[in-house]
Amino acid sequence: MTDIPAKAAAPSASSGSVLLTLMKLRTFIALIAVLVFFSIAAPNFLSAANLILMAKHVALNAFLAMGMTFVIITGGIDLSVGSIVGLCGMVAGYLVLNGIDLQIGYTVYFNVVEIALITLAVGILIGAVNGLLITKLNVAPFIATLGTLYVARGFALLSSDGRTFPNLVGKPELGTTGFGYLGAGKLLGLPVSIWILVVVALCAAYLARYTPLGRHIFAVGGNERAARISGVRVNMVKMFVYMFSGFCAAIVGLIISSELMASHPATGESFELNAIAAAVLGGTSMSGGRGTIGGTIVGAFVIGILSDGLVMMGVSSFWQMVIKGLVIIVAVVVDQAQRRLQSRVTLMQMAKVG
Amino acid sequence: MSPSPGHDVILKLEDISKVYAGTVAVKHANFEVRKGAVNVLVGENGAGKSTLMKIIAGVERPTAGRILLDGNEVSFSSSGDAVSRGIGMVFQELNLFGNLSVAENIFATRELTNAFRKIDHREQERRAAEFLEQLEAGIRPDMLVEDLRIGQQQLVEIAKAVSLDARILIMDEPTSALSAAEVEILFKVIADLKARGVAIVYISHRLEELIRIGDYITVLRDGRITGQEEMKNVDTQWIVRQMIGSDAKDFAKADGHQPGEEVFRAEEICLPRVTGGLAVDHVSLSLRAGEILGIYGLMGAGRSELFDCIMGRHGQASGKIFIGGNQVRERDTTRRIQRGLALIPEDRQREGLVSILSVASNLTLASLSRFVSLFHIRGGAERQAVTQMVRELAIKVADPAQEVSSLSGGNQQKVVIGKALLTGPKVLLMDEPSRGIDVGAKADVFRTMRKLSRDGLGILFATSDLDEVMALSDRIAVMSNGKLTGMFDRAEATEAAIVAASALGHGPAHGESR
Repeated sequence: MTDIPAKAAAPSASSGSVLLTLMKLRTFIALIAVLVFFSIAAPNFLSAANLILMAKHVALNAFLAMGMTFVIITGGIDLSVGSIVGLCGMVAGYLVLNGIDLQIGYTVYFNVVEIALITLAVGILIGAVNGLLITKLNVAPFIATLGTLYVARGFALLSSDGRTFPNLVGKPELGTTGFGYLGAGKLLGLPVSIWILVVVALCAAYLARYTPLGRHIFAVGGNERAARISGVRVNMVKMFVYMFSGFCAAIVGLIISSELMASHPATGESFELNAIAAAVLGGTSMSGGRGTIGGTIVGAFVIGILSDGLVMMGVSSFWQMVIKGLVIIVAVVVDQAQRRLQSRVTLMQMAKVG
Repeated sequence: MSPSPGHDVILKLEDISKVYAGTVAVKHANFEVRKGAVNVLVGENGAGKSTLMKIIAGVERPTAGRILLDGNEVSFSSSGDAVSRGIGMVFQELNLFGNLSVAENIFATRELTNAFRKIDHREQERRAAEFLEQLEAGIRPDMLVEDLRIGQQQLVEIAKAVSLDARILIMDEPTSALSAAEVEILFKVIADLKARGVAIVYISHRLEELIRIGDYITVLRDGRITGQEEMKNVDTQWIVRQMIGSDAKDFAKADGHQPGEEVFRAEEICLPRVTGGLAVDHVSLSLRAGEILGIYGLMGAGRSELFDCIMGRHGQASGKIFIGGNQVRERDTTRRIQRGLALIPEDRQREGLVSILSVASNLTLASLSRFVSLFHIRGGAERQAVTQMVRELAIKVADPAQEVSSLSGGNQQKVVIGKALLTGPKVLLMDEPSRGIDVGAKADVFRTMRKLSRDGLGILFATSDLDEVMALSDRIAVMSNGKLTGMFDRAEATEAAIVAASALGHGPAHGESR
């Protein structure tokens, strides 16, 4: 047996491989299509102010979708992210307004950085609960996270008796001011939340590509048994993805309550569905093992721009839902077609190599 | 041979061949099934028994040849077709719906309905109870199948086949999960069916069992029929001789290097079985550096389970293992791999490969920590290791970034071996390393085993291929029913002795009653 020269695998571009390339780039093509369409159809669409506003909207979904992508790659699902957004927003709001009453006549107030860290810890903790339910108690991910969806939402409502925590400006004498920076602050002309998205997305993409943990996430989703026999700590990998998803949701909770300078317990309802949609649109396979962070971000932008653009055009919100649903279905249909074409091309290559 | 009176031929296979992509499973087989008799079929794993039976049961269609039923040529387009002509089959793998009741399983696809097309559960359960009564298993027809023991499930499968009222009933290893008492009941049922003129085709590895209930015996080897006799004219020696045969395979020659120090020792490994009893029963063995220790055993002998225990895949396993004289206390697979153990699992697709990842990712999956500084995978180092492994094992792949599922079986197996080798093991456990791969790849795998042992690796390899174990091993261990029943040096090992040891403890007199 001899080594086959590498060029044997790259047959001259046939119509099949051109089509395949187009299909692989489908999310990008969709993104360009919605951008072009709305810049023609909706006045002011391309103005800098509007683009930044849209990016801020998209960022919220993109955070959740990134966490969701890792979870889905391992073959799971995280339905609880919307509720974690709500609960984390309430935690942050409560800490700004009330601090923690130690029951001995003292109340501890935290500064904004500490509040952010505590809130993130709460998100990670709920993710850890999801992870423990799934790995240690063998609850199916759908059910486990459905349970935490209700529990977290319930606690969010209980924390204020269903009321909103308003006016989170804080008090200078307690050192709790500055909460608005996350949502309204700007750095080099771009909103802070966009910068956070860039940082988290780069870290997540790096993690997926260049670290053992990232490789293990894909291996667990592709074949859990084989991963286990190869020495992959499957349970740790699963714990990580749910904790990361909780972390992403906590960021979103912080940003939303900071933008509004108020925490409402119903914040984030049905956000999980948008996150799943973005991940799927970006090429993440619901059966596990396939997906990219880049694809998911592009998917989040397609969905976000679509809904904002339709709003600007004055399309009724009922029609918006129909259109969004159709886009997702078409994306998955094209995805399946790509898989079939891909396997045909691979078989043809194999036949050529002999 | 001169058949006894009353045993007319009901089904005849003439010159049947079955070819799968690349491999010939059955070659020009002629097989007769006689009425009112137990027609036994034996052969080693992969000899083609199951394929032949699937052809009779209409699950597979022969590539060439004729099937004659009552003297008329027939061709079955589906298993339903075969069932309608009175051919029933008890499959080796249980084909039951765990979430349905016993009665619903027995009448699956031919439900009894009342005038309004509604399933008549009461009638089904009443009829099912009659069949179960015969099997004296104490199974209620309204129980869910998943709540039954494996042995009881097998009885349900048998009841299902009997309820078909078949003229020809094929049983593929029906006793593999039955207790001694249940086997006796099954034999009574078989005698009953025989008296009613049913032709039974019976496949089993348990030689004593075959000799006890068989009337005619047919031996298959490598897809060919090597012997056909009346049971009363044959003995165990004859069967073994026909099963083993003597054909030359391409085994790499031993190079005569001497094994070194002990590198691995297992003491008193035990693994409880879900159905009671022990799947691995106090197995102790030791392995020296540069030695190839073959573990021979029939299906279900506990070879794979032993390997699983050694790799730490079963929390409930007990016993001690040592590497280079030091006890391995780590209980999880990850740390045992770090200690120098590596497993090449039997089932490539389910346990060996992540089929949607690339060849390169699969190769380095178990050894990523070697290429990591801090938490960053050094791409260059990884690629270099992959390229080297591809060259060393002669893996035929154009580009290591290709999905591993696009490779042929033999090359996939080499990827699994490469993955294990990249972890830098001291002891390599290979479970059926040559299963399902073509001749050329087999020779490559064997050559690799030789080379590794020369480099000082200790190799434990499990196989149910007698030629293989004889040709490759420095020593041969034989397992049967979870126990180590023989340990031979190559010089003193004979095929007959190995086969005899592998059948120990399989008689119905022993079984699970222990």
